[in-house]
Amino acid sequence: MIEFKMPALGADMDAGTLDEWLVKPGDKVTRGQVVAVVETTKAAVEVECWHEGTVYELLVPLGETVEVGTVLATLLAPGEKAKKPPKVSVKPTAAAAAPPPATVPTVAPAAAHRRRWVSPAARRLAASLGVDVEAVSGTGPQGAVTISDVEHAAASAEKPKTKPTAADRATQMRRSIAAAMSRSKREIPHYYLADEVVMENALTWLTTRNAERSITERVLPAVLQLKAVALAAQRFGEFNGFWRGDAFEPAAAVHVGVAISLRGGGLVAPAIHDVADKKLDELMSDLTDLVARARAFSLRSSEMSDPTITVTNLGDIGVDTVFGVIYPPQVALVGFGKPAQRVCVIDGGIRVVTTLQATLAADHRASDGHRGALFLAAINELLQQPDVLEK
Amino acid sequence: MKTSYRTAVHDALRDALRNDPRVVLMGEDVGRYGGTYAASKGLLEEFGPERVRDTPLSELGFVGVGIGAALNGLRPIVEVMTVNFSLLALDQIVNTAAALRHMSGGQFSVPLVVRMATGAGRQLAAQHSHSLEPWYAHIPGIKVVAPATVADAYGMLGTALSEPDPVVIFEHVQLYNTSADIDAPAPMDISHAAIRRSGSDVTVIAYGGCLPKARDAANELSLAGIDCEVVDLRVLRPLDDDTILESVRKTHRAVIVDEAWRSGSLAAEVSARIVEGAFFDLDAPIARVCSAEVPIPYAKHLEQAALPQPDKIVAAAQSLFGDR
Repeated sequence: MIEFKMPALGADMDAGTLDEWLVKPGDKVTRGQVVAVVETTKAAVEVECWHEGTVYELLVPLGETVEVGTVLATLLAPGEKAKKPPKVSVKPTAAAAAPPPATVPTVAPAAAHRRRWVSPAARRLAASLGVDVEAVSGTGPQGAVTISDVEHAAASAEKPKTKPTAADRATQMRRSIAAAMSRSKREIPHYYLADEVVMENALTWLTTRNAERSITERVLPAVLQLKAVALAAQRFGEFNGFWRGDAFEPAAAVHVGVAISLRGGGLVAPAIHDVADKKLDELMSDLTDLVARARAFSLRSSEMSDPTITVTNLGDIGVDTVFGVIYPPQVALVGFGKPAQRVCVIDGGIRVVTTLQATLAADHRASDGHRGALFLAAINELLQQPDVLEK
Repeated sequence: MKTSYRTAVHDALRDALRNDPRVVLMGEDVGRYGGTYAASKGLLEEFGPERVRDTPLSELGFVGVGIGAALNGLRPIVEVMTVNFSLLALDQIVNTAAALRHMSGGQFSVPLVVRMATGAGRQLAAQHSHSLEPWYAHIPGIKVVAPATVADAYGMLGTALSEPDPVVIFEHVQLYNTSADIDAPAPMDISHAAIRRSGSDVTVIAYGGCLPKARDAANELSLAGIDCEVVDLRVLRPLDDDTILESVRKTHRAVIVDEAWRSGSLAAEVSARIVEGAFFDLDAPIARVCSAEVPIPYAKHLEQAALPQPDKIVAAAQSLFGDR
């Protein structure tokens, strides 16, 4: 029997609220399949299951908030036979109000699979009011959803209790950022380095490359930066990984967390996976997708939980230099400032070129300034060779 | 002053005979005995044997005579005593009375009124307790009415006599002794259902002998906070879909009460029409309260248990409200 547990979707997460089950008992689950949606303080996160098997029992009802590590569901491994029939099964449909455990129906799973009963009039009313009948609890005959249930749902939708409002979410997010950043500054001995990167080559190369493409296929300079950081992090492993317990755990792959500011305040830093192995076009589409989903509060669990290094780019806002705060348990954060025309000495001559400030905030427990300087220099060097970044 | 249903039927017969010399009344024991249910007491004395005629115990024969009289210009009222015996006259009613207009290309009409008592509740056992109204309501070519109130008992007969085609009137045996205050007796239409009680939560549809039970149930349900609308079908053929559907669209729930057996009953037909015409207005399944599917028992407690009763109607209505 495989236990599927509430994952930690970031260092600042202690508990999560089960928003939605996307599988039901009897469903086959493949590795990486999104099986549930969990509400954290930062987002509604699509949680993936990394086991293969068949869903046996859903143990946590919708709307329930449980601690990280709580078993959410059990799965039968391929070939495994159930020893006894599941005792309690949670309704796989979404319900707005969290049913108290006592009312969780103790029915055989087969019966739990029936289509939700909604009276014809209630269904029509729900459609006209824009109420999702799947999220309405029924009080009618045999538990059917009735007109009055839909009316109640519509009335309470105006002042939702279970779904966090934007204001609630902002407050909670502020709290969790506060917790994570306090921990970072309390535990992580940061050191900071900065380097000026001449962007002339990269930008010229990128302009030429983009000129051949339609607007939607164009690549932003930020993507070059992500790729450069990822390639450099592959070479300088002490910046790519986690500090856990009293030791550094290097990560095998480079998943770059991208700091994304959210409309209405707050930020998230979900990962783009395997950045070092992806071509620029793929990274661009990943980035576009990630930003859109982060702002729609719909991220996946792996994106939230496994960035191995973070990149922040405040250049767009017009900041010259950004010294970041490391997101624990990561050990490094690379910042990029505003690209601007500046006077530089190049090859003994004075020239006006586009440059930007690249910075590194790193955990002194995991690395030293010397290595940090080399890491930052490697990023700089990679940004001078856009051809290398393309691959 | 209170008028009984029996008196209303009697007065309607008397007034029909007085108002139109073409009207004749015939049937078993309608003359000298004054009618099995005493509905024609004194009419033989007032109108004489030419117009109020006792017949032999031969339903097929005397209903046929009634049809012949209607074809030849009279306005006969034929009393078949009870629906139980009308089975012997079905051929005349279904194959002749209902069909002649159509068989003759409109050359003949049969302005015949057939009255019969119907229903159970008097410990008359399986052969004398039928509610076969749905059988008649199945037949095109005739109208079928079921007066359930004193006003209708009086007012529907005259209107039926003015119809050019056969009309079958069902008088439930349990209604004869009911009474009500009515103003001056007046003709009543035989084309519409009636809202007997206005309500907002559930429509209880009944006819004939079940109407008083539906009203009792509605009173009890109102104590439980369920506001019933009671629809009296009145006319079983053709059904007044508009009134039924309008009510169900308002209340979103329907309980149909029918003393006939559930299978192939009027309740089944009304239920089907609600689903066809108001499906998207339904907030709960349709409930039916019909007689148990057994030949009606003789023993009193079994008979009462087999028939629709107010408590069954209450339970059926409550089942449409879940756990509110």
